[in-house]
Amino acid sequence: MLQVSDLSVAIGDKTILHDINLAIEPGEVHVLFGPNGSGKSTLLGALMGFARYRVLKGSIRLKGEEIVGLPVHERARRGIGLAFQRPPTIRGLTMRQMLAICAGDGVNAEELAACLRFERFLDREVNAGFSGGELKRSELMQLMAQSPDLVLLDEPESGVDLENIALIGRAINYLLGRRVGAPAGKSPRQVRQECVKAGLIITHTGYILDYVNADVGHVLYEGRISCSGNPRELLRCIHELGYGACVRCTF
Amino acid sequence: MCAVYILGPERVGTVAKNSDPGYTTEAPEHTYLEDPAALPEEDRRRMLAVGVDAGDTRRSGTFLQMDHSVVHCGVRQEGLEVMGIDEALAGYPWVQDYVWRALDAAQDEFTAYAQDRSRSGYFIRALPGVKAVYPVQACLYLARERLAQCVHNIVIVEEGAELHIITGCASGQRVMSGLHLGVSEFYVKKNAHLTFTMIHNWAEEMEVRPRTAVIVEEGGVFLSNYICLSPVRLLQTNPVAYLRGEGAVARFNTVLVAPPGSFMDVGSQVFLAAERTRAELIARTVTTGGGIINRGLLVGEKAGVKAHLECRGLLLTSDGYIRAIPELEARVAGAELSHEAAVGKIAPEEIEYLMARGLDEDEATATIVRGFLNVRIEGLPEELERQIDRALEVSKVSAM
Ligand SMILES: Nc1ncnc2c1ncn2[C@@H]1O[C@H](COP(=O)(O)OP(=O)(O)OP(=O)(O)O)[C@@H](O)[C@H]1O
Ligand SMILES: [Mg+2]
Repeated sequence: MLQVSDLSVAIGDKTILHDINLAIEPGEVHVLFGPNGSGKSTLLGALMGFARYRVLKGSIRLKGEEIVGLPVHERARRGIGLAFQRPPTIRGLTMRQMLAICAGDGVNAEELAACLRFERFLDREVNAGFSGGELKRSELMQLMAQSPDLVLLDEPESGVDLENIALIGRAINYLLGRRVGAPAGKSPRQVRQECVKAGLIITHTGYILDYVNADVGHVLYEGRISCSGNPRELLRCIHELGYGACVRCTF
Repeated sequence: MCAVYILGPERVGTVAKNSDPGYTTEAPEHTYLEDPAALPEEDRRRMLAVGVDAGDTRRSGTFLQMDHSVVHCGVRQEGLEVMGIDEALAGYPWVQDYVWRALDAAQDEFTAYAQDRSRSGYFIRALPGVKAVYPVQACLYLARERLAQCVHNIVIVEEGAELHIITGCASGQRVMSGLHLGVSEFYVKKNAHLTFTMIHNWAEEMEVRPRTAVIVEEGGVFLSNYICLSPVRLLQTNPVAYLRGEGAVARFNTVLVAPPGSFMDVGSQVFLAAERTRAELIARTVTTGGGIINRGLLVGEKAGVKAHLECRGLLLTSDGYIRAIPELEARVAGAELSHEAAVGKIAPEEIEYLMARGLDEDEATATIVRGFLNVRIEGLPEELERQIDRALEVSKVSAM
């Protein structure tokens, strides 16, 4: 699904990401850990193609096609969807209109909103005055309308209360085309093989791992992927030893 | 047919930008039509573009003026009066008391010019307690090239009455230039309600200088929507509302799009002269290459009055400019006046956000501009909304 090779990215004159290598297969979900400012959002932004992130070298392949140089909307149309960490407000545009934009064609806004208990926001302006947790639900709802093949989530659970986190978890599984728990008679491996969608999720807390089965975890430290492995073990290591020590550990 | 002559001394509008066109004050008479549907198709289409539908039944009354001639007027609801100002003055001597009462002809040279040469204009009145079911529409249409069209309009909404007026101003297909100077005086009586929606769609070389003043009495409400999305060489207007009665309210919504070659100097002013009066001025301006000056003035004359002014401007190209001039004047302590002004380009993050949802850059820009201009305009007919959308589509193309 996604193949990132030797990718270096700068903001202005400052190189933020160094030689990133990352491969995500269809059906896989990866999580990305890393301290504040380590470049996690930069990586997702570079995958999406935002102008402020300048690719210095390396390649990004989506379903085998090189996408470096493609404008943002071309990447969206090829199947990348991003839930923003801090989405902007769009004045004068309602959530309902935004969902229609995401879907490209017809969309049942009521049905989508019901999934995220977001009905009363449909006629509000996009993100205008939304609370932190509401912004996250707004983002997920838009992605559900967009239905991307590669789902990029930038801290989908930060600021979300304990009740809503289960809701967010369900929405993410829906986005990834996954069911919670393997259906009878199928091994997790089989389920994974049937899934075509892939995900890359940034999380600090790891709470989302209680709801979404992640396959691989990565630690981004000072712009480099310093370590990859089992996401729960990585999380435990970070928790117990901190990022500094975790960077040196080997799996 | 009258002779057409270009008058030297009649020239007004000393705008250095273009050569002075030299206006004529004479135009041929247009015949009165019992049925406005008998108007030529092209003229009707142009009127429709500014919200005036000659065939529409969902109007409580209609007034159509071409050049200097009243070509049609009629009402569909009892308790409403729609006629030419001359007819009103002839029929009701007291109307004279309302002429030059809200406005001072000596306030500037253009108003003085209009006083001397005013020909026709509308008189619209809602009798006490009458609530108009549908809007009354009025169209001032310029059919003759280089005509100086000066009109005097009077609107009276009597005690407890409610009225919505849609005024469309437009010019004929072959008209390139001309001058429109509309003097309008509105009187909103005790507990009355007037919504006034004005849409301008002029020829590119037109010079337009409406002069409007409104007096609002106790408990009265005046809502103004002013929309100009099409090119016009020069538009200059700064309507004023005097809130004279306790608890009176005024709200001005202004939506302007200035294409290259257009200059728009548009403001609104409210004098909060009585206890508990309130006002809100909201302007959204966009330049795709033209110049815009957006003024706003709030004057608080009594303690406890409350008013807010908001000017937002968006530059879609590096040509053109927007200057916002919000002014607040408190004449007593305890007048609560505030303003908010912002002028700039579209934030790139907003464009990229919509692009991440699949829109290309042009579509994303147009969506943001449309949202930006979407001040919720009360009671705007569907056709007008479509018209605004279309104008935005066009301005999007010229913006890129
Ligand atoms: N315009 C800029 N010029 C220089 N440095 C910048 C600029 N914008 C962002 N940065 C820096 O780039 C680094 C990476 O930022 P990024 O948003 O990718 O971090 P992050 O890992 O997502 O952090 P967080 O966990 O706080 O969201 C940060 O140190 C940030 O300050
Ligand atoms: Mg981040």
